[in-house]
Amino acid sequence: MENVYLTIVLAPLVGAIVAGFFGGRIGRVGAHSVTIAGVGLSTLLSLWVLGRFIWAEQAVFDGTVYTWLVSDGMRFEVGFLVDKLTAMMMATVTFVSLMVHIYTIGYMADDEHNWPEGALTGRNSYQRFFSYISLFTFSMLMLVMANNFMQLFFGWEAVGLVSYLLIGFWSTRESAIFANLKAFLVNRVGDFGFLLGIAAVAMYFGTLDYAEVFAAAPGLADTEVALFGGISLMTLICVLLFIGAMGKSAQVPLHVWLPDSMEGPTPISALIHAATMVTAGIFMVARMSPLYELSEAALSFVLIIGATTAFFMGLIGLVQNDIKRVVAYSTLSQLGYMITALGASAYAAGVFHLMTHAFFKALLFLAAGSVIIAMHHKQDIREMGGMRKFMPITWITALIGSLALIGFPGFSGFFSKDAIIAAVNETAIFGGGYASVLLTLGVLVTALYSFRMYFLVFHGKPRMDEHTREHLHETPWVVTVPLVMLAIPSLFIGWFAIEPMLINDWFASGDWSPIMVAPEHDTLAHLREHWHGQSAFVMHALGTPTLMLALGGLVLAALIWWVVAARKPDIDAKLLALGGPLTRLLQNKYGFDDFNQRFLAGGAQLLGQTFWSRGDRALIDDGMVNGSARSVGRMAGVLRLLQTGYLYHYAIAMIVGLVGLMTIFVTL
Amino acid sequence: MYQFPLLTLLIWLPIVGGIAVLASGDRSASTSKWTALGFAVLTFVSSLWLWFGFDPGTAEMQFAERVAWIPTFDVYYALGVDGISMPLIILTTFITIFVVIAGWEVISYKPSQYMAAFLIMEGVMIGVFSALDAVLFYVFWEAMLIPMFIIIGVWGGPNRVYATIKFFIYTFFGSVFMLVALIYMYFQADSFSILDFHGLELGMTAQTLIFIAFLLAFAVKVPMFPVHTWLPDAHVEAPTGGSVVLAAIMLKIGGYGFLRFSMPIAPDASAALAWLIIAMSLIAVVYIGFVALAQRDMKKLIAYSSIAHMGFVTLGFFIVFAIVQNSTAGAGAVMGVEGGMVQMISHGFISGALFLCVGVLYDRVHSREIADYGGVVNTMPWFGAFFVYFAMANSGLPGTSGFVGEFMVILATFRANFWWALLAATTLILAAAYTLWMIKRVVFGPVANDKVAALTDLNRREALNLGVLAAAVLALGLWPAPLLEVMHTSVEHLVAQVTTCKLPADEIGACVLARPEPLATVVQP
Repeated sequence: MENVYLTIVLAPLVGAIVAGFFGGRIGRVGAHSVTIAGVGLSTLLSLWVLGRFIWAEQAVFDGTVYTWLVSDGMRFEVGFLVDKLTAMMMATVTFVSLMVHIYTIGYMADDEHNWPEGALTGRNSYQRFFSYISLFTFSMLMLVMANNFMQLFFGWEAVGLVSYLLIGFWSTRESAIFANLKAFLVNRVGDFGFLLGIAAVAMYFGTLDYAEVFAAAPGLADTEVALFGGISLMTLICVLLFIGAMGKSAQVPLHVWLPDSMEGPTPISALIHAATMVTAGIFMVARMSPLYELSEAALSFVLIIGATTAFFMGLIGLVQNDIKRVVAYSTLSQLGYMITALGASAYAAGVFHLMTHAFFKALLFLAAGSVIIAMHHKQDIREMGGMRKFMPITWITALIGSLALIGFPGFSGFFSKDAIIAAVNETAIFGGGYASVLLTLGVLVTALYSFRMYFLVFHGKPRMDEHTREHLHETPWVVTVPLVMLAIPSLFIGWFAIEPMLINDWFASGDWSPIMVAPEHDTLAHLREHWHGQSAFVMHALGTPTLMLALGGLVLAALIWWVVAARKPDIDAKLLALGGPLTRLLQNKYGFDDFNQRFLAGGAQLLGQTFWSRGDRALIDDGMVNGSARSVGRMAGVLRLLQTGYLYHYAIAMIVGLVGLMTIFVTL
Repeated sequence: MYQFPLLTLLIWLPIVGGIAVLASGDRSASTSKWTALGFAVLTFVSSLWLWFGFDPGTAEMQFAERVAWIPTFDVYYALGVDGISMPLIILTTFITIFVVIAGWEVISYKPSQYMAAFLIMEGVMIGVFSALDAVLFYVFWEAMLIPMFIIIGVWGGPNRVYATIKFFIYTFFGSVFMLVALIYMYFQADSFSILDFHGLELGMTAQTLIFIAFLLAFAVKVPMFPVHTWLPDAHVEAPTGGSVVLAAIMLKIGGYGFLRFSMPIAPDASAALAWLIIAMSLIAVVYIGFVALAQRDMKKLIAYSSIAHMGFVTLGFFIVFAIVQNSTAGAGAVMGVEGGMVQMISHGFISGALFLCVGVLYDRVHSREIADYGGVVNTMPWFGAFFVYFAMANSGLPGTSGFVGEFMVILATFRANFWWALLAATTLILAAAYTLWMIKRVVFGPVANDKVAALTDLNRREALNLGVLAAAVLALGLWPAPLLEVMHTSVEHLVAQVTTCKLPADEIGACVLARPEPLATVVQP
């Protein structure tokens, strides 16, 4: 099997290298063929591996590919751990990536228009883009297939690198290169905590291998560390690792990079800022469940951060007018749901939502991109409207995606989100009540912003200018086929996957269970005990407040942005004005960006400036270095006065000296 | 048994080559360039013999040579390498090739003398890394200043006189104290052999004074805060080749000095003063990181970044003493030193490459100011790719060599103290911030001005230079195991040595380090 796994990882890398270095020679068709072939091969093999795990009792693989280095008796290795959790992630990542690859053929077809005249960067930009997204797929696969923390960190940083390259892809745009630097640095803040977490694991476990660490973890559960007046080792490790997850999975307060990352081309928003890279944090925490289960403090921290993100970031989505930014804030909010699930020890539910969300969010982004193509790269939803007549496939698939997102009964998002809310309602740890309330209210918010966007874009009167409207038409098949391919799992995957993933404890295979839940934290137990099949689950949900809120939000959105808006087109603007200070607070994104820009970025620059001018130049150079040179000079200048060259000066000095000496001798 | 004097060959081949180039004069610039390149390549190829002939299983000095030089004072021409010095010698021979190529058509003023200076420099630096006799070491150490002084003073920028004097006085100031320490030890040990110094039993006062004397010499070379201010000035004024040698190799001599002299000769003083070095290192990482953020000159920025990265080297070396005194730490001491070593090699590649990148721009636009650039990638896509790649390596991206050393040092530091590790790990944010902010302003964005619009992409010579270094950075990042294997035994031996108390019998109560086993007690010569 090792060769299969190696092929899955390396095929996208080969594609990336060929398209990246020889893009000019092989041309556009060559570049997208080779990368799609690579990712396609990975997808097929990943699906095959997943199939074997489902139907053929595939054995868990945990093996080393090569030894990176050995130091101080500690082995750092590059190796794979492939169990059911990994297989599920691999299939999701490669499938979404493949869809995005195909879609990109259409989206980037006229990319030369995005570059200024004569810029050499614009010449092979199409090929370069394919190279990057393939490289990204490789990085993400390295991350999910790692069997140790070192390689996890490699993948972790590699997706950061590729997202840096992709967000700043249109490098002549000031906003793009601002966003990519911001994304990289904010992620680095997370990685800073993550690396310290890895260092703590290395110190106390003496190894970075997952299996060995997990096996040793219960033995270290009661270890205390003399920090902050004594805290449990597990809390320290889990919180530090989670800071990394907050960066990658964009949780408050490290969420600020994700909305800005919409400066990148839309395919990457679908691939890395919805379906894969941002899920790295969720995957990591699920993978580390044997550690997180040993620290309730860390779980509470995770829970509270997740719930806060889920609700408050969703609210911002209500006031956004850029189609991609609405989806971006929805991503933040949904990631918050997943993180909350992890905090409630419902790792399986978190991962389940990760998977369903990967499909419907990729779908929504790609649908948004399809609209953007038709609109000639205008993204303001206030200038859209009535698009359903012009783009039927995009319209239907976007509707499916939106229904899945708000958790409409039967759609994939319904199963995963309801499972999360059910689990969070059961949790007994600190912050559980807070999370429970916010997640439930969040359902209403989700429905409102999703369908505000949906109705403003697809229904009502077309508000775009004459020229754009005349040219509106459905996008080519390379764009619509991925939409349809993603709409299928958005519809059905929840129905089919909930039973194995949440109810029947599918993740455990043999004596290896990637997801470990302590019996007292088993918040999914209630769901399991009362499970009577999918249809009963749907029926049961019909009476719950969660569903009331979702449907209520949907109806409310339809009333405001469809029915009323048909008569009063300025209703949206009026509502925003009605919000007053609340609207402004949301439009300012709670002031995070301003604060960071002024105090963190500005403060760091000021500090650097001060250190340099006061410390290095004034104190050390002028004070110590040139100062000592000057004092030597001054001293020499004083001494030089004695050497006048006049004989009588010397004679007087001799006489004075003589008299002085004699006086001393006589008095002694 | 007759052994081929390989180290002698490596030292004198480039020096002889340098003299030959010098003698050929500037009548035919191309002859002198090709001769210089020939000697540089030949030296590198010969140095590979060191790598392949090296026995990683022993900490003994290998390829050793020993001939009486000044018998009256027991001075020997004694050479030898272990796993610590050998990789540094190969780094030297490797980097010199690129320095020669980098100066190819750029240096038009007295090219033969320029090439000769670098070749002689190479031989002398290899001498520093392989000398086992203190006097021989000192001679090479001081001789190193001369070619560098000339390189900056003759081919440097407008403010070169200030920079050279500052550079010379700074480093010379440090080394005289080292000379005093060496002479003192000669009287104690009746020998100038560095290995004899290692075995010498010394009281705490003597160790402390010796340690401080060495510290003055090595801290200036590394350079450590607060004696670092010569470096940015020297870099700014030096020609590209000079900057590359300075950053890639000469700074490493300071780090090497700590391993070869300070720590094994004065382990007890090192342990007692480790806090000072650790503090200076952490200041280098954090304070200098912020200072780098404020730079407007690309070379200054990279120079400050060098100081910050070298902070990891000294941190890795001296964290050993904190780890052995921390009972809960377990292992980790060896990892600190090895991390520091890897960081030195890696920084050699990355800083060398970054200075070459700045050189590429400077040759075209004649400015190092960040503000004079913007959107370079639009006219120089290949160059842009290389520059971003090396910037990422400088930010410690895993998969590049820049990650390996920092990762190991942070892991080791964590065992000593959480807060120190936290400060060290800020490099993840700071290094990315100052490096990538520079990249944003120089490489990305719209074309800033006519000069940028008129830029031409890398020529074949430049592409070759950067390409080979990029491959080296990637190789060391993806598979550092071979390098670690080579140095492992020597580093373990060193760590055992520096964690054993060397105080004489009447001071043994003051030992914080492990007391020597009775059998292993060093017999006074």
